[in-house]
Amino acid sequence: MKTGNGDIELAGIVKSYDDGQTYAVNGINLKIPDGAYCCLLGPSGCGKSTILRMIAGHEDPTSGEIVIGGENVVGLAPVERRTAMMFQSYALFPHLSVRDNIAFALRVRGLSRSDRYRKADAMIEKVRLTELRDRLPGQLSGGQQQRVALARAAITEPRVLLLDEPLSALDEHLRIRMRTELRSMQQDLGITFIHVTHTQLEAIALADIVVVMDKGAIRQSGPAREIYSAPRDRYVAEFLGGQNVLSGRIGEINGVRATMNGALFSEVAIPLPAGKRLETGQELDIAIRRDDIELKPLSQKGMLPADSASVEGTVNGIEYQGNFVKVMLQAAGEDEFVAFVPERKFFEENLAIGEKVLAVWQISHTQVMA
Amino acid sequence: MTARIPGDSAKPASRVVRPRASGRPWTFYVLAGFFTLYLIALYGPMISIYILSFQDLKGGLVFPMRGFSLHWFHELFYQTRTGDFSGSFRRSIGLAVLVTVITVVFSFMAGLAFRKRFRGDTFVFYLMIGSLVAPGLVLGIGIGLAFTLLGLQASWYTSALGAQLSWTLPFGVLVMFAVMSRFNNQWEEAARDLGANASQRVRLVVLPILAPGLVAVALFGFTLSYDEFARTLQTAGPLNTLPLEIWSMTLNVTSPSLYSLGTVSTVVSFFIIGLSLGSIVLIQRHRTSSRRAALDVHIGEKQ
Repeated sequence: MKTGNGDIELAGIVKSYDDGQTYAVNGINLKIPDGAYCCLLGPSGCGKSTILRMIAGHEDPTSGEIVIGGENVVGLAPVERRTAMMFQSYALFPHLSVRDNIAFALRVRGLSRSDRYRKADAMIEKVRLTELRDRLPGQLSGGQQQRVALARAAITEPRVLLLDEPLSALDEHLRIRMRTELRSMQQDLGITFIHVTHTQLEAIALADIVVVMDKGAIRQSGPAREIYSAPRDRYVAEFLGGQNVLSGRIGEINGVRATMNGALFSEVAIPLPAGKRLETGQELDIAIRRDDIELKPLSQKGMLPADSASVEGTVNGIEYQGNFVKVMLQAAGEDEFVAFVPERKFFEENLAIGEKVLAVWQISHTQVMA
Repeated sequence: MTARIPGDSAKPASRVVRPRASGRPWTFYVLAGFFTLYLIALYGPMISIYILSFQDLKGGLVFPMRGFSLHWFHELFYQTRTGDFSGSFRRSIGLAVLVTVITVVFSFMAGLAFRKRFRGDTFVFYLMIGSLVAPGLVLGIGIGLAFTLLGLQASWYTSALGAQLSWTLPFGVLVMFAVMSRFNNQWEEAARDLGANASQRVRLVVLPILAPGLVAVALFGFTLSYDEFARTLQTAGPLNTLPLEIWSMTLNVTSPSLYSLGTVSTVVSFFIIGLSLGSIVLIQRHRTSSRRAALDVHIGEKQ
């Protein structure tokens, strides 16, 4: 069911309130290719929902252009934009049956009863709700409600589907199941999905493009793997999680490596990233993935391989996670320096709280950030 | 744990009301007795009036009953010496219907308007509450005087209508606020998203969802108007409404037909309440049956 070009371009979008006193969204530029699954990720109040509502046509930007399929849609009604929105708590009409909810868009277009029910029933079958067709929304579970909401939006044959925190109303277990369902639905329909969430796991599991936002601006956008493993700055690294961030100044630079000194650590070797000029004395953040950290006894300090860097730390917390163990350290002046130790390995070594250890990683695994 | 939690183990257990052998504390019986007295005080006089309205011809205004008859009802409808019952009854119903319609329409619109903040919204709100707390009798006298001053003839469908609306509108709007607080604005937004225009949004989404609430507003409007006295007293003009008629009858009628009037107006009230509740049930039944009909069509298509 391909229904026209759903590539989106946001150009210089600004949304301000109170006559320019406060900005919900401040200067957003973003391109989303047709048929992509895009997640807008950020804490509440970062402007991600406002962007979604502006693309949907429920709010107008103060300035800037929203281009869908090559056409500026600012000022057009949602139907004219050929977008459809799935609301946070689904906003199913409580007085209409599943079937009438799904057929609503066809009803307001003036289709006859038999026509709209024929089309609605085809859609109902697609989302496997045939048995529940005559129920009211109040009689459905959260997962079923989500499917109704999806079907109700999809029946308008949109080229872009906008989802506002679609999984937040569900419990943990169902969330993971419906996540998979959303992705397969998107592949079925072959249209652009824009999904707003504050859960990083949801975003990286689903999206082709993850857009990390903060205070009305984009901090980084790109494929999920790039965002997770190569965060551009401290904010992105900490929001996505799974990284230890160290702040310091560049010490010596020699050819392919440099050293970095922080308040509570010194002489940590970092790689020189290609295309970025570093100077001695420059302030810098680096990130090291928590699963790249190996914990070794302090006695091995002088015997580390040449391609590794390390900091000293004290174990101040241990959490068993099943497939790995989360070991929290007081290290390098950071509140939370964490190593994800493989489960079997952890129980071979038997670390205890209060023990001093060496956190070691390969220099080439360091992500140098702005 | 050795630390004492104040108010937990420190307090003697004898302070607690202990269940008796029957499983209920003594306070239950005190409260139950009090509640029974309350019920008697509330319904006793009313029920006495309903019973006394069926007095026979020789019966008086008090017990004992001297046989049963419908004589006083007959007197009420066909004797003019007891007062203009049927005329005042018709006026009261007409006035109540007018008040109800205006109250429902106005409250619905106010409910929609107050979803968003607008300039002067608090002022409008307090203005409304003001007319609710203003003493009804004074307000009625004021409106009556204003009509005299302007040289207009006061009547039940002009001055009394206005005076009653000053009472039912704020009530209706307050009920509507409570109803609207459970209305999710995303429903309307979703309808817009699916292509519904403004009138379709109201007709297909807002009105059906709010329908039970609107019936409640209507019921409020009707009952408040139907037995309104204070505001109507000085504004009804030369022709009485039912409550005014009853009041004047208590001054000069000394027969049980006064009681039968009470019985009739109670029956009308119950009829209106039944009608309202019945309509809510009908709305719901209509919805389920239309779904069932749709289901039958579908099964027919498959065969």
